[in-house]
Amino acid sequence: MISESANSNTKSLEKNKKNRSSFQRRETLAAWSFCALPLSFLLLFLITPFIIAFVISFTNQRLITNPNLPTQFIALRNFVRLFNSASFRQALLNTFVFAVVVVPLQTFLALLLAVLVNQKLRFINLFRTIYFSPVVTTMVVVSIIWYFLYNPGEGLINQMISFISFGKLGPYNWLNDTSLALPAIMILSIWQGVGFQMVIYLAGLQGIPDELYEAGRVDGANAWQQFWQITIPQLRNTTIFVIISTTILAFKLFTQVWVMTKGGPQGATKTLIILLYEEGFKMLRVGYASGIGVLFFLIVLAVSLIQRIYLKEERAVI
Amino acid sequence: MTSVDAAVKDSQRFSFKFRKNISITLSYLLLIVIALFFLFPIVFMFVSSIKNNETQIIRDMSSISAFIPYGELGLKNYFDVFKQMPFGRFMFNSVFIVGSTVLMGLVLNSMIAYALARLRFKGRGLILSVIISLIIIPTEVVVIPLLLMVNRIGWLDSYQVQIVPFIVDAFSIFLFYQFFIGLPKSLDEAAKIDGANPFQVYWKIIVPLSKPVFATVAILQFLFRWGDFLWPLMVTRGYEYRPLPVAIQQFFSQDPKVWGDIFAFASMVTIPSLIIFLLFQKWFMRSVASSGIKG
Repeated sequence: MISESANSNTKSLEKNKKNRSSFQRRETLAAWSFCALPLSFLLLFLITPFIIAFVISFTNQRLITNPNLPTQFIALRNFVRLFNSASFRQALLNTFVFAVVVVPLQTFLALLLAVLVNQKLRFINLFRTIYFSPVVTTMVVVSIIWYFLYNPGEGLINQMISFISFGKLGPYNWLNDTSLALPAIMILSIWQGVGFQMVIYLAGLQGIPDELYEAGRVDGANAWQQFWQITIPQLRNTTIFVIISTTILAFKLFTQVWVMTKGGPQGATKTLIILLYEEGFKMLRVGYASGIGVLFFLIVLAVSLIQRIYLKEERAVI
Repeated sequence: MTSVDAAVKDSQRFSFKFRKNISITLSYLLLIVIALFFLFPIVFMFVSSIKNNETQIIRDMSSISAFIPYGELGLKNYFDVFKQMPFGRFMFNSVFIVGSTVLMGLVLNSMIAYALARLRFKGRGLILSVIISLIIIPTEVVVIPLLLMVNRIGWLDSYQVQIVPFIVDAFSIFLFYQFFIGLPKSLDEAAKIDGANPFQVYWKIIVPLSKPVFATVAILQFLFRWGDFLWPLMVTRGYEYRPLPVAIQQFFSQDPKVWGDIFAFASMVTIPSLIIFLLFQKWFMRSVASSGIKG
């Protein structure tokens, strides 16, 4: 009787073990069946083309292969050609100038707007909604509207400037002027995008504990001091995130330019992605265009690594 | 002495109140001026789109009348658009492409994120770190090789070429993963004891608890995909599969430009996304905010 029960006990234990291992096996099986399809999509449509981009940037691959001109390995010749090409250097410069101006300006304005709409006032939600509405307006539409506003001569923006300056300034040739075309595109880009970062900052502001401000007030800090001593440091991570994501977005500049100027006048608004599109799609020089893509990726990678370093520093402090 | 004190205090209180009122008025003033800056191009577009007279639109552009609906108003420009272009087709294409990308993405991205966050299996850590590092690859880097690939399999000018490559998205997986990992472990343990298999746990326990993150991913993907331009510009040739952004860009680049028609087209592109935003604005704000919180 006793031995029997002991026997059954060990049996049930064994059964349990078996159950557990079979459960584990089932879990592994389930996990892989959950992962299989998404992973194969990623492999097929992201990892594979990403590797191909690197591989063909070392070849003279063309979109439509010519049987008389087989694709050849040409080592770094695409990259040498890129850096020797005036239009690539101009595209690189324009893209950097765009990022260097837009990123700090847009980040600053986003913070300013967030502080403004973080006030406890009536109708404040209405203002949040209005400031965010350009974000949900398609960029192509935004570019078309502003193209009209930038109309040379009698355009609305020229009229406004002339009105504000008592007729002393303007009219400007905005999109046809090599020195004004890029700034014109900067303005509408900020107009369209700043609401997005505003909302991220708003969440950051609302995440700052009230006790910090109370402590600040007890110490006699005025609003200005509180802003610099409490708000800004507390928003450090938000700011890093906003700056990095805006930088990457700025480097991707394409749609506005393609709709408004197609890279002109005289290449004044040509960007890296415009060049990539023209070379790869219009000129069918796929290898060369992939070289641009690879360089573009290296820039994005460098920017993201900077973010990692800054965030790590933060963790080390804590 | 005390009365003087009280008087000083009174005047201080008064000046405090006064100053507060002034600062509130200034705040509103600033808020309104900025609101005008954000609104004027959109208002201008809508107002111009209902002005039937093309020369009036051009004449009005140099003054405040650009924002005032007056003169001969109507929907003539809208009818003109429908006469010249299969607008309904473009709208259907956009809705179909974005809708199916987002819906299928919700299923596939949340499934893999569930496996990574809640199941124990070999290779989990590796898959997770690969997916997180994939987040930084911009679409722009892969468009050219992707074009080579889809060209070879004959996918150019189709729906699938605009949908399939973008269903699974590393950032969406990451957002799901972050949410799922925060749900209490005891939930699925209890279900497991009751004999539920992992799929049942996912479908009956995790999904119903995760509505916020599903909304977030859906909204963010909608925002990014609705405005997609570069890829559809490369892979669509005719009207058949063309989405709205490419369609309106091509309508706009025809010469001579008929601005009334262009603004009518632009308004019709903008209205649906604006309505969706106004209906779900709280969710939009929440989604954008949570896209910024990094783990």
